[in-house]
Amino acid sequence: MIDRCFTFIIWLTAGIVFLAFGWLISEVVVQGVGKLSWSFLTDEPARSGREGGIYPIIVSTLLILGTALVIVIPLGLGSAIWLAEFTKKSSKRVQSTRLILDVLAGVPSIVFGLFGYAFFCGFLDLGFSILSGGLTLACMMLPILIRTTEAGLTAVPNDWRRAGAALGVSRTTLLWQVLLPYASPAITAGLLLSIGRATAETAALIFTSGYVDRMPESLNDSGRALAVHIYDLSMNVVGGDKAAYGSALVLIIMVVIINLSANALSEFWLEKKINRLQ
Amino acid sequence: MNKSVSQTKDIDWWFGMALSLLMGVAALLLLLIIVFLTNEAWPVLQGGSWAQFFNADGWYPLENKLGLLPMLWATLAVSFGALILALPLGLGSAIFIEYYAPKFIGKPFSSVVTLLAGIPSVVFGLWGLTKLVPLINNIHPPGASLLAAVLVLALMILPTITLTSRSALSSLPSHLLQNSAALALSKKSMIIGVLIPSALRGIIGGVLLALVRAVGETMAVLMVAGNVVQTPTGLFDPVRVLTANIALEMAYATDNHRAALFASGLLLMILVFCVAWIASRLSSGETNGYD
Repeated sequence: MIDRCFTFIIWLTAGIVFLAFGWLISEVVVQGVGKLSWSFLTDEPARSGREGGIYPIIVSTLLILGTALVIVIPLGLGSAIWLAEFTKKSSKRVQSTRLILDVLAGVPSIVFGLFGYAFFCGFLDLGFSILSGGLTLACMMLPILIRTTEAGLTAVPNDWRRAGAALGVSRTTLLWQVLLPYASPAITAGLLLSIGRATAETAALIFTSGYVDRMPESLNDSGRALAVHIYDLSMNVVGGDKAAYGSALVLIIMVVIINLSANALSEFWLEKKINRLQ
Repeated sequence: MNKSVSQTKDIDWWFGMALSLLMGVAALLLLLIIVFLTNEAWPVLQGGSWAQFFNADGWYPLENKLGLLPMLWATLAVSFGALILALPLGLGSAIFIEYYAPKFIGKPFSSVVTLLAGIPSVVFGLWGLTKLVPLINNIHPPGASLLAAVLVLALMILPTITLTSRSALSSLPSHLLQNSAALALSKKSMIIGVLIPSALRGIIGGVLLALVRAVGETMAVLMVAGNVVQTPTGLFDPVRVLTANIALEMAYATDNHRAALFASGLLLMILVFCVAWIASRLSSGETNGYD
């Protein structure tokens, strides 16, 4: 009897979770799909975004994301490789580095925003610009990318390293030819996770890349990210709800497409490299 | 032969040095954040004047009253409220996926949860603002309230709890299941008495992660919580949390007001640091004895 109650409760919680999220998603799709059209994606916003499209905003979002990736990929991968392959796991230095990364990963995005505002916009004098926003996002993505890449590399069986050493292959070559390809799905997954977080980010961008919804002409221009656009439409623009839901739908679709395509890519890469190894 | 070995060593040395330099830059970031926040907040921190954050009555920046306490309480109320709601639902979903769901339901259900983990916080905020807040307004105005913030935030941190609990449960050794079956334990007793206690460390880790996310969440809470600076006394009170305060006032803040906002950023970092420290103590402790 108690057992049956427990089963019922578990199914009930799953049902509640499913319904709550079903409500959320269906609301976004139903309200947003009416707004979605080719011209919505290719027009400039009009009347503070109530009408017109979101073309400059999509461009700004991609530019901010691109800037962040250019910085974070070498920095993140390099750090992770160092942690996983070039240090002793138990050394004091590595452990304190880990703690630093854990703390960084937990720093609220608004605090990254404050930091970006003080450091990139103020101290480095980049102003409200796509560059400032991208750099701030890079700081946010860094700890996630390092931890996931490191975990991916640590999961490579040690036999492969020993085999490499026995063949007299340098660690560096071994890394490029064997370890990185093997760990690529995990690395791509980590990259995705951080891209997803960056695409969704609002709080860190308000005071770094700014609000301007014109087409950016260079990286020094202010640009409004899609998430900031949704925030602005729903909070500051009366009657902007429809356009906000339209933009929200575009944002969700973007996140899903990034996830799916990168997944497919990493599987393809893994298959090719492992086949060559065998 | 010797020459080529030493060449290999050389490449490794140079490559290792370059990498450790990159790591140095990454580690320096935390220091840089702390230094810059402290520097900007210095006018209100120096000479013990930080005490005003805790004994000034209320937040009236124009009159130089900079009490952060009401917003700190609001942050804690919203975060723990969301956690209380999300923990049973999230853990229940994890148990559902691992032990109860038939395959044709479990798989889509878990990919739905994974997908939800990636949904932007503004979308949660938008939904809360346009659907949930009017609904709560019908029950008890003004609608934008502690309750709305708790509900939206609970939904946001739920996937984190589900995914981490699930991975903790699924990495348990299979002999636990076999032994429980051999003892003829019912499914409920097995889950509550054996599996959850064994996976407790991983589950708590996930809960702490969710708590960090809840404390740091800005946009969704800002959009639904009503943003009135007051110590929350009831579920239907509009409240303003620390993060939302920064986002709302940073645009026009000057002098001490601005410095106080940076100081509240530092306060948030201290909160997060405490939770991260507890989490790292937990994960570096002894193993659970089943390995």
